[in-house]
Amino acid sequence: MSLRIVVCVKYVPDATGDRHFAEDLTVDRDDVDGLLSELDEYAVEQALQIADEADDAEITVLTVGPEDAKDALRKALSMGAHKAVHVEDDDLHGTDVMGTSLVLAKAVEHVGYDLVVCGMASTDGGMGVLPALLAERLGVPQVSLLSQVAVEDGKVTGRRDGDAATEQLEAALPAVVSVTDQSGEARYPSFKGIMAAKKKPVESLDLSDLGIEADEVGLDGAWTKVDSAAERPARTAGTIVKDEGEGGKQLAEFLAGQKFV
Amino acid sequence: MAEVLVYVDHVDGAVRKPTLELLTLARRIGEPVAVHLGAGAEEAAKVLGEHGAVKVLTADAAEFADYLVVPKVDALQAAYEAVNPAAVLVPSSAEGKEIAARLALRIGGGLITDAVDLEAGDEGPVATQSVFAASYSTKSRVTKGTPVITVKPNSAAPEAAPAAGTVEQLSVTFGELATGTKVVSRTPRESTGRPELTEAAIVVSGGRGVNGAENFPLIEALADSLGGAVGASRAAVDAGWYPHTNQVGQTGKSVSPQLYIAAGISGAIQHRAGMQTSKTIVAINKDEEAPIFELVDYGVVGDLFEVVPQLTDEIKARKG
Repeated sequence: MSLRIVVCVKYVPDATGDRHFAEDLTVDRDDVDGLLSELDEYAVEQALQIADEADDAEITVLTVGPEDAKDALRKALSMGAHKAVHVEDDDLHGTDVMGTSLVLAKAVEHVGYDLVVCGMASTDGGMGVLPALLAERLGVPQVSLLSQVAVEDGKVTGRRDGDAATEQLEAALPAVVSVTDQSGEARYPSFKGIMAAKKKPVESLDLSDLGIEADEVGLDGAWTKVDSAAERPARTAGTIVKDEGEGGKQLAEFLAGQKFV
Repeated sequence: MAEVLVYVDHVDGAVRKPTLELLTLARRIGEPVAVHLGAGAEEAAKVLGEHGAVKVLTADAAEFADYLVVPKVDALQAAYEAVNPAAVLVPSSAEGKEIAARLALRIGGGLITDAVDLEAGDEGPVATQSVFAASYSTKSRVTKGTPVITVKPNSAAPEAAPAAGTVEQLSVTFGELATGTKVVSRTPRESTGRPELTEAAIVVSGGRGVNGAENFPLIEALADSLGGAVGASRAAVDAGWYPHTNQVGQTGKSVSPQLYIAAGISGAIQHRAGMQTSKTIVAINKDEEAPIFELVDYGVVGDLFEVVPQLTDEIKARKG
């Protein structure tokens, strides 16, 4: 029996670029290059490692986003995922995390799954709640924020490094997993992988394929609203001194002046 | 006055500071009702009452510790149904955000995470968030259902406000999913005796320039002289010099202390995303071109192996 793995990935604006808001207070995507979210590369990597350990596994990489988001799918396919699903619909513009989790849940069910693997958070919104929302919607266990993950005998196990403790977790499949940047370096696509990715199937779906009404998603379907966005005033230039033997003492003087000492 | 649910983060009844900050913010929008799950409700109730909780709803069950997240969502949902609050506030820890998200979905309320400020508005609470590596500040509100909002540590100074803090038992029925993810074992983190990184008023972080795990005691000594927490950049963590739990940045912890000292950290965007909202920023770096200097209130261009020990000694001397 084949292990069906779905990896949810996001196409995000490059964080090293200059990110801005568009007039409708959504992220301006025309202004900055996009790429596969770095944190999702770890999810693809862990899916590949789980598949290597399984006798028979198939990895589908899934994204919701505009046309360009196909780039994120291609990257995951070139790393070794087998096929891809792209949910694309004009009505999705401005969808919040609640709507995104709805679309992903429906798409995951459409594909069929035993295991869903996500990154710990997107590198743009950075909320880190999507895996929990997806598990809630699918009605399956969440095994989130794992630095180590393994699948065996119909169970997923993993290590979660929390603030107060390290926990070993265990859940029966099907389940939703999220992995952290500590789970293991993501591989680079090989030339062979890049060439092979061009031939791998990418299925396109729209909202009607998933039985989702337009008013459940998009800016109007969002459960929250951004009323204003203001660029943070640039910090006033600070004092910078060169250490000529007294740098530590000068800094202590500054800290004392600020009442930190 | 409308009631506002506040989820209590605690260790066996010792309430953590971010919860007291939430109570302060909750009083701007209504009367705080605290939800305490697990042991220690009596001790916690005293502190919660002193900070404005009119009521403390409590439930204790083995499920809270033995299974991940969902039992706490079941309990918070029971509290929501018992109180019918104007908003639900949860501390922005990793677990807090997961609890908040699942609750929001269940009750059909919009979710805002990582608020850094909160005020009452004509159409419900207005949350301030810091986005795009803190280069923008946004104001948002929930437009559907009861707002569920998670708030970052250090977003408000806890204020004393004596209230009844009456303890009431909450009746919780666990759903089928509550026992889905078993916590097979739990190893508590060894206490360093230093303040919690995300809660600390002062954070001293080391980066690539620290040049090895064996040199991190220099950073620790400076932190200790100031009573602060120790952080590390991703480069230092990836090199194995310091634990990942201390990583400050986009994929680590986001901190917003009164004072942030970056030693040997260049200030890549990933790091800045996690510390840029710090009130006062200080950097020590050999490279005068390091982007961190664009952010600082005070910067020293110099060798951290010279500057940091001298600074530590000087602080100790001044503190006598």
